[in-house]
Amino acid sequence: MAANFVYVFAIVIAMIGFYVVIDRGNLLKKLIGLNIFQTAVFLIYISMGKISGGTAPILYDGDAPFSNPLPHVLILTAIVVGVATLALGLGLVVRIKEAYGTIEEDEIQAQEAAEEDGP
Amino acid sequence: MVALTIVRLRNIFAVVMLSGIYSFLMATTFLVLDAVDVAFTEAAVGAGITTVLGLAAMALTTDREKIPTHWPTLPLAVVVVTGAILLYAVPDMPRFGAADSPIHRHVVPRYIDETPRAIGIPNIVTSVLADYRGYDTLGEVTVIFTAGVGVLLLLGRTRRRPKGSTK
Repeated sequence: MAANFVYVFAIVIAMIGFYVVIDRGNLLKKLIGLNIFQTAVFLIYISMGKISGGTAPILYDGDAPFSNPLPHVLILTAIVVGVATLALGLGLVVRIKEAYGTIEEDEIQAQEAAEEDGP
Repeated sequence: MVALTIVRLRNIFAVVMLSGIYSFLMATTFLVLDAVDVAFTEAAVGAGITTVLGLAAMALTTDREKIPTHWPTLPLAVVVVTGAILLYAVPDMPRFGAADSPIHRHVVPRYIDETPRAIGIPNIVTSVLADYRGYDTLGEVTVIFTAGVGVLLLLGRTRRRPKGSTK
């Protein structure tokens, strides 16, 4: 357990992000929480690929073992995709702000309910 | 921790800036864990582009968060339970840094052995990304393209829609 503290650390970060996502009503902050969660997952992958005494997976004239390049590749892809989805989410938030005048979840729900009751 | 401050702060501007700092710290962590390419990307994309996007969205919406009215019992409980379940799984993970854990045994030795001969570039991450897993990268580009089109569709329309006319 003590040797695996990286995973514990990643889980703590992931749970902080998760908490922001499910508790905070502000949509911008929700997205940032999602980002934090995502980084924690990246951290788990990258730490699985680490070899003690290893070096970065770039060929050179030494004989230290390379850390696993496969998680690096996958996470590289994931980071970029994460930014793409974040951009899309922020775009949605901007449209929501235009349509409802607020980005607080409970206020939006209150407006929806009022609209259904009203006309 | 920076992440905790993000939870507490209500000023969105400070939150966005802190998330930039957080990304940068994460990039240094990746560097320590030998993932130099990931560290580059995280520093450039996470600390750079994400911050800019967050600031732009903030400028278009609002920079104040409402003060919550309820004590977050249920979310806190859900988070703690999920965290406990995940922590329960931690001792089953291979020891951190072990060279003989399952992840290092399958396709990766082949990638490392063949890269100098078959691809001929020193950076193994690049060779895997662009060659062995080229289809993944193609899919990634598709995702980015779709997201870009989506953002343009969402934000590019003229803002003439009258208020309350649509559901």
